[in-house]
Amino acid sequence: MNATSRSRQRGFAAKQRRVWSLVRKETQQIVRDPSSIAVGVVLPVILILVFGYGLSLDVKNVPVAVVLEDPSPDAVELAAGFQLSPYFEARLLTSMSRARELMLARQVDGIVRIRPDFARHLSQGDAEVQVLVHGTDANKARIIQIYAQGAVGQWTARRAAEGKDVAAGPVMVRDRIWFNEANDSHHFLVPGLVVLVMTLIGALLTAMVMAREWERGTLESLFVTPVRIDEVLLGKTIPYFALGMVGLSLCLLAARFLFQIPVRGSVWVLAGGSMLYLLVALGIGLLISTATKSQFVASQVTMLVSFLPAFMLSGFLFDLRSMPAVVRAITTILPARYYVAILQTVFLAGDVWGVIVPNAAVLAVMAAVVLLLSRAITRKKLD
Amino acid sequence: MLESIRRILGLTWKELLAVLKDPRGRFTLLVPPVFQCLIYGYVATYDLNDVPYAVLDRDRSAASRDLVARLDGSRAFHRLADLYRTEDLKTAIDERRVLLVIGIDSDFERRLLLGQSADVQAIADGRNSNTAGTALGYVGAVVTAFNADWRAAHGQGGSQVRVASRAWYNPNLETRWHMIPSLIGTLTLLQTLLLTAMSVAREREEGTFDQLLVTPFRPVEIMAGKALPSLLIGFVQATNILLVAQLWFQIPFAGSFLTLYTGLSLFLLAAVGIGLLVSSIAATMQQAMLYSFLVMMPFALLSGLATPVSSMPEVLQEFTRVNPLRYAIDIAERVYLEGAGLDLLVPDLWPLALIAIVTLATASWLFRHRVT
Repeated sequence: MNATSRSRQRGFAAKQRRVWSLVRKETQQIVRDPSSIAVGVVLPVILILVFGYGLSLDVKNVPVAVVLEDPSPDAVELAAGFQLSPYFEARLLTSMSRARELMLARQVDGIVRIRPDFARHLSQGDAEVQVLVHGTDANKARIIQIYAQGAVGQWTARRAAEGKDVAAGPVMVRDRIWFNEANDSHHFLVPGLVVLVMTLIGALLTAMVMAREWERGTLESLFVTPVRIDEVLLGKTIPYFALGMVGLSLCLLAARFLFQIPVRGSVWVLAGGSMLYLLVALGIGLLISTATKSQFVASQVTMLVSFLPAFMLSGFLFDLRSMPAVVRAITTILPARYYVAILQTVFLAGDVWGVIVPNAAVLAVMAAVVLLLSRAITRKKLD
Repeated sequence: MLESIRRILGLTWKELLAVLKDPRGRFTLLVPPVFQCLIYGYVATYDLNDVPYAVLDRDRSAASRDLVARLDGSRAFHRLADLYRTEDLKTAIDERRVLLVIGIDSDFERRLLLGQSADVQAIADGRNSNTAGTALGYVGAVVTAFNADWRAAHGQGGSQVRVASRAWYNPNLETRWHMIPSLIGTLTLLQTLLLTAMSVAREREEGTFDQLLVTPFRPVEIMAGKALPSLLIGFVQATNILLVAQLWFQIPFAGSFLTLYTGLSLFLLAAVGIGLLVSSIAATMQQAMLYSFLVMMPFALLSGLATPVSSMPEVLQEFTRVNPLRYAIDIAERVYLEGAGLDLLVPDLWPLALIAIVTLATASWLFRHRVT
């Protein structure tokens, strides 16, 4: 009894030693290969800067041409309203043909036209402002339309306050955007960045590294040593897990201190959810590399099944609610979707357990499935 | 000269075989772009067509019910719940069950009948503030229509100013019309660049590059032999995506295919040039792949595909000048929707040509540099 437990203990110590030496070998490989460092550290930094400073869905200072064809005081006042608006950079013109030229050359993104009979129609009770937008970027165009409506609305409200006879309302919308009062798109784009970084490090890097070992045959030579499959897998995952956590810390620090994005929930929940997702990503990377055994194919497949879906189908950029039912059904098998739900909630709303617990549970199940599956596949391929 | 062309063609043929003889390689190059174009064509939209919302109607009058019925009838919204307490409002939004809660005060109808103005609260989940903004915009439009009808029905005068909006080139403002032409460049860039970068790196890693160097091939010929297959595959991919856009999504094509392909060929040359540049720096396939990623990510993100270039800060707008994808997206969009001709596209074409020349020249210099 005593002897068996001692030998088991010795076996465990040996196992630990073997895993540890694999981890050390892998870590040295990461540190020595500039491209691993590039993906583990440089890419997150670039992404942070690009996301934090470059990407923005907020439309401000839109160049528009205001064509004032009516010299009446009412019309001039309305045109001034556009010039005062922080959303527009209005150029006052008097001819429509010049405005058309500017729009065709894309010097302006929209034209606001106040027709010659504006004041006359206004006194009759029904005037019209024409807004033409350049529709190639539909999202931007729609935002411009909403802002134009807002500028006219403010002008109407000002006139009503001055006691002039205008019809404002009667129903007014008082809108509020919770969790993001400033309506700043960075608040949801930067949490999304965390997903991309974790996917890159977890899935892509791991897939490449394992596929290389298969391609070079070094994995098979590892199998004739006393090292066992799960030890090899552990030795591979631990260093990349650590690299992923470094990437996460970089993102969190940047989000908090560079971009002043609030973290309203607890950091521990965030870290826990991230670890779960990282495990899933690592498992997917291992699976792909074992299934393809070629760096080229592994890289392409990883892009297709992990990175691009994390970008397009996870709900961090394009809202899941806009997608047709079929596509939405596809997204339910994507781990990134659940991670994004956790991230957006913990960052912006707080520890809402009703969101966190179900999503974390799905991630945990996925992690278990892919890790066990990759272990099973690796064993089979040995024969 | 003829000999040189023969050699280049031979190398091209060998390259094509190397990529296409592996059924998995064939599959990953040809099927995913089409598949992605299909999925992203549906996904990549900022339009909302299914906004779950809840109503906290404290008034329960004819007027408030009319307003809610208009929201229900607008197709963009679907009502998930009627709330009775203010506390429920918080949980409904916190747990992401609804995107939007409409609150109506108990004196809503009374105030309207007295000719006073009444408030409607609209609270949106800002975890995705773009979605929230769009949804609130829809609410605004519904309320504006309600107001106009109310005033007309109750004879409340006052002069009103309507905003009549019209969008050029995309009358219904469908995001898809912007996204799919942009995908032609984006998807082609991703794979062409990667393919080119990997092809040289593979030979290097397998040691066959050295063998290639001792053959009578000159470095420029090797480079041309590596560039041509990628160009060809790029054209095939672009055409496939174009076919999906035309036949499946039926996006109206206003311009000429000749113009589009002229722009595309310059774009592909630039993409291949960048790929060759990456491969001349990378020593292994892993490095080639990871460096390609390092290049592609900023290119894809700062191209105007997902967010407009004009919303970026000045410094990054300057950076987009070296981004071939930015020009490709601009060309595809303008040819597609505006029907722009070559003369209007010159500002996009010459930077692409310049990028192609600089990257190809640098790559061929680096090849030679490595030889000696």
